[in-house]
Amino acid sequence: MRHVYLDHLSATPLLPEAFEAMKPYFLEAYGNPSSLHQHGLRVREALTQARVQIAELVRAESPDEIFFTSGGTESVNLAVKGVAYANKRRGNHIVWSEVEHPAVMNSVEFLEKEGFTHSKVPVDSVGRVQVERLREAITDQTTLICVQLANHDIGTLQPVAEVGAIAAERGIPLFVDANSAAGWVPIDVQHLGASLLSLSPHRFYGPKGVGVLYRNRRARLVSILHGGVQEGGRRAGTENVPAIVGAGVAAQAAARDLESRVTHVRGLQERLWSGLKAAIPFLKLNGPEPGPQRICNNLNLSTEFIEGEGQLLLLDMHGIAVASGSSCVSKSLKISHVLAAIGLDHALAQGNLIMTLGRDNTAEEMDYVVDEFSRIVEKLRGMSPMWDEFQRGIIDSVVAPTGRGRSFSEYAAEVSGKAAH
Amino acid sequence: MSDTYTLYNKTVMDHFMNPRNMGDLPNADGIGEVGAAACGDIMKMSLKVENGRITDARFKTFGCGSAIASSSMATELIKGRTIEEALHFSNQEVVDALGGLPPVKIHCSVLAEEALKAALEDYVKRNPESASQVPPSAASANGR
Repeated sequence: MRHVYLDHLSATPLLPEAFEAMKPYFLEAYGNPSSLHQHGLRVREALTQARVQIAELVRAESPDEIFFTSGGTESVNLAVKGVAYANKRRGNHIVWSEVEHPAVMNSVEFLEKEGFTHSKVPVDSVGRVQVERLREAITDQTTLICVQLANHDIGTLQPVAEVGAIAAERGIPLFVDANSAAGWVPIDVQHLGASLLSLSPHRFYGPKGVGVLYRNRRARLVSILHGGVQEGGRRAGTENVPAIVGAGVAAQAAARDLESRVTHVRGLQERLWSGLKAAIPFLKLNGPEPGPQRICNNLNLSTEFIEGEGQLLLLDMHGIAVASGSSCVSKSLKISHVLAAIGLDHALAQGNLIMTLGRDNTAEEMDYVVDEFSRIVEKLRGMSPMWDEFQRGIIDSVVAPTGRGRSFSEYAAEVSGKAAH
Repeated sequence: MSDTYTLYNKTVMDHFMNPRNMGDLPNADGIGEVGAAACGDIMKMSLKVENGRITDARFKTFGCGSAIASSSMATELIKGRTIEEALHFSNQEVVDALGGLPPVKIHCSVLAEEALKAALEDYVKRNPESASQVPPSAASANGR
């Protein structure tokens, strides 16, 4: 069976050159970078090199502004909590967008229990943060603004530079979660006006188990992990040296190959979306159309009248790996909060599928996915009472309304006794 | 990858990939359609009843793999049962016959039970004379 991997937001394969660079740090150069002997000094040098490589990817002024953590989630926790705690005497208010990743959302909600307050800024129907609403949300107590660079679910690129200008004007640090964007979008922390920015190397062909936080030297940050004085006292714990070395090499390759990767993947994104759109009726693209407002590697789709997990499982049985934000996939039985934030009809959120492309995908694979997926949709629609009821004019389509029948949500509410949301 | 890993066990995957009794019955004697408020899944069940016994059953499901497998298995299990037996049908039978479901997916089997009971209720409504076979508590358990 053919295998097509379309879940690059969850994980990417490690770059062979990163793997090669990591190898000596398992068996030979096993020293602790905090040690003062040869073994320690050698790996300390490797960490410095990785810091330089990451600094170049995000155009940081100095490698000293790069901190290594255990992953994107820890970087976000450090940024949100570390800035909030560091500025506790100045204020206790955080401004963030309603489509932030759960790492940001749950960190902010944790801080709320600790007495902090926050304002959640709404987005438009394609998931773009409403900058004017963000400006209005800022108070004299605000000590942190959080806006992601690209949305992890629907691929929306946020107007971060505009937010950065507002943050600079008000003298408030801006934390940019670039965990879903790094390696696929050019990043310049100066241009963005980011005081802090997080990266997730396993999404750009680096290893898992390592995260990065850029922090401008002028932004106050306290450690949230207590122990030794590693990472300039901002992150206690022995560094994961092999992974950090791999992350550095992956960052160097990302900076070097960014243009060719983006061009290649954007071409595939357009081919896949136009192929799917032509082959499958009642299919909706969530987030902006492929183009300047959407990250090059993401397609977030809603297939009407069928549910997402079934689509995912059947695709997997045909060798195609994808993700879904349907409630049936989530452990909480809730649809993705991003889909709710853009006001997506629950019926469409149920049929959600996320395809994220990578540098090794090919045009031929896109055509294969269009073919297989069309057959799968047909099969599942044949099994769906909603498809049948749509054919008979009992319920209407949300994607392409015919004016016949009731809305799916009304109908679903009736048969289930209460609204699905 | 030489092995195929599956999210659900073999039986569940089989009923999802090759569902039994999928479709509608042209002259159904009872039809039930229910939804799960928790997740938004919808299940429809059609029954053919002869001499107080279920002779055929079909389903259609808008839902995840385990919802489809649960409805497929439920239709298999209830064929041949009397109305009264079917009214005592429990989701646990579906779970057991499927060889277990993940805890978060147990509600899919509950939906299959509810769809069956809604179809039985519809049958009883259409055939009031059969109500005498049905204990009143069972008939009203799933009113909608």
